Amino acid sequence: MRVASPKFSNELRTMAMVWQRELIRFGRNRLRIFTSLSQPLLFLFVLGYGMSSLVGATAGFDFKKFLFPGIVAMTVVSTAIFSAISIVWDREFGFLREMLVAPVRRSSLVVGKTLGGATVAALQGTIMLVFAPLIGVRLTVPLVLQVVALELVMSIAITAFGVFVASRIARIEGFQVVMQLVLFPMLFLSGALFPLEGLPGWLTVLTRVNPLTYAVAPLRQVVFAAQHVPPIAAARFSSQVTVFGHVLSIWSELGVVVVFFMVFFLLAVQGLSKRQ
Amino acid sequence: MSAVNPRPVERGGGALVPSIEVEGLEKHFGSLVAVGGLTFSVQPGEVFAFLGPNGAGKSTSINILCTLAMPTSGKARVAGFDVVTHPGDVRRHIGLVFQEETLDDQLTAEENLRFHAVLYGLDKVQRKERIARVLELVQLTERSADLVSTFSGGMARRLEIARAMLHTPAVLFLDEPTIGLDPQTRSLVWDDVDTLRREEGVTIFLTTHYMEEAEIANRIAIIDHGLIVALDTPERLKASVGADTVDLQTNDNPAALSAIRAAGFHAEQGADKLTVFTENGESQVAHLVEIVGGGVTSVHVHRPNLDDVFLHFTGREIREQAGEAHSGMVRAWGHRR
Ligand SMILES: Nc1ncnc2c1ncn2[C@@H]1O[C@H](COP(=O)(O)OP(=O)(O)OP(=O)(O)O)[C@@H](O)[C@H]1O
Ligand SMILES: [Mg+2]
Repeated sequence: MRVASPKFSNELRTMAMVWQRELIRFGRNRLRIFTSLSQPLLFLFVLGYGMSSLVGATAGFDFKKFLFPGIVAMTVVSTAIFSAISIVWDREFGFLREMLVAPVRRSSLVVGKTLGGATVAALQGTIMLVFAPLIGVRLTVPLVLQVVALELVMSIAITAFGVFVASRIARIEGFQVVMQLVLFPMLFLSGALFPLEGLPGWLTVLTRVNPLTYAVAPLRQVVFAAQHVPPIAAARFSSQVTVFGHVLSIWSELGVVVVFFMVFFLLAVQGLSKRQ
Repeated sequence: MSAVNPRPVERGGGALVPSIEVEGLEKHFGSLVAVGGLTFSVQPGEVFAFLGPNGAGKSTSINILCTLAMPTSGKARVAGFDVVTHPGDVRRHIGLVFQEETLDDQLTAEENLRFHAVLYGLDKVQRKERIARVLELVQLTERSADLVSTFSGGMARRLEIARAMLHTPAVLFLDEPTIGLDPQTRSLVWDDVDTLRREEGVTIFLTTHYMEEAEIANRIAIIDHGLIVALDTPERLKASVGADTVDLQTNDNPAALSAIRAAGFHAEQGADKLTVFTENGESQVAHLVEIVGGGVTSVHVHRPNLDDVFLHFTGREIREQAGEAHSGMVRAWGHRR
């Protein structure tokens, strides 16, 4: 589809405006900030403490420390997906039409929306870091910077995916179905909640085909790298992803995330470009 | 700056280009023919109205003209640009007020306008100027910093009209701009539209259910089942159905209708009356009463109004539709977050 657009600078301003709208709406909705943190906190403290007392510590390293980066990742992923939902809301409440009839590229709208959702998600994930000391996870400035960078990469990819899903479904109810059948299974199969080594064969396969796995693992790897994790603890609470016997590097994991992003970004632009 | 093109648009040679040119436009949804072949054109500065019942294809036509939907066949040009091949150019030259509200009610009025201004490429200075100007036009200057969620339906509607005019479009589309509003707010909305027409010289394409609103148009197209059944100025439309209309109420309307038709009159049955289109209504009254043969409970002779025109061309009263349309609109507007 051809949208003759005279100036690229205008497309940039459009992206910035769509991004800004996401932030304004996020800032105005304090309740949402708290409600979307409540679930990860429940997981972190209830599941974290519960499982830690069941499985015990290995050389002073326990399950809740393992769980922590996973929960941060979960927060980012679910916030990113729920930001993307707002496209469905925009459709339901008509604002999407206001954007779609504007003389701007659809890709600018998707970029703005994706960056907006991603910023909000990364913010939420970063708020979770406040609980690190309670869990016994040590934070350093370089670690926080690394975590924020990874959160952004991850949330951009997931928001693009969410925008794609939202562009293909017409109603809010449809989005909820997709979330129940796609988001929650993906989160559970991502290694956010348990180590990916020594799993039964079927579960190993499912976790390896799940793209979220490759978004969660780097976050945990950088957090672990900044902690004192004794080798026996590292073996028990493995942060690695092995595929066909190869241990993946952080860069190859991120490569998977980038490919995932590009595919769904293009599909999202295409989804919004269709005329009835 | 393309967003503030001088109007009217000129084609090479200086001839005026029609603001809207539509030829054989059709839109099918599967086997449903929503728009069945429209041909018309709208001149710069004109106010053109689509008058038609629910499901007539009014919004579908607007969706095609504003490049949100593809025609199944036929051609349409808006501001001189083809809607299929040059959607970007079309979009730059049009302003839209959709049937449903399309504001973000978690933003303030000013933020909604700013969002629009940025997307339409207005620079900072223009943005400030135009936002102040359109807010003033619709008298919402004092409310500019308030969240749209605190606005009444009428205020929101008027803000949408202001927004649609922000980038100085050549053509303004208004899809049922006043439906669901109380009469007082409706007249405020039309005041806004009138001000815009006078002060900004925009071409207006509107759809409506309300006869008295269609009257403000220079020309009206009566559209039914996706087809234009009549197109003319309000005066000529009224003249075309005959000099007089005779409304009859009888004990048995269907039977009376067939008797009157059998006598060679053009007659239609409305919700609770029969309407007969004729010359010299008054001198026909006795004849009509005789044809019905008793059972006539009331007779009213008057000059045709647009209601009668609508009934004449479609065999239905538009008011029969209005209740339904109203509830639909209430639902759409009730959806505020
Ligand atoms: N996306 C769609 N898919 C299928 N059918 C549709 C779609 N949009 C509209 N229609 C159908 O096309 C016909 C024309 O609808 P349209 O909305 O254009 O009518 P309208 O004249 O605007 O009516 P109203 O006065 O109620 O707004 C209707 O029968 C409607 O059900
Ligand atoms: Mg409509």
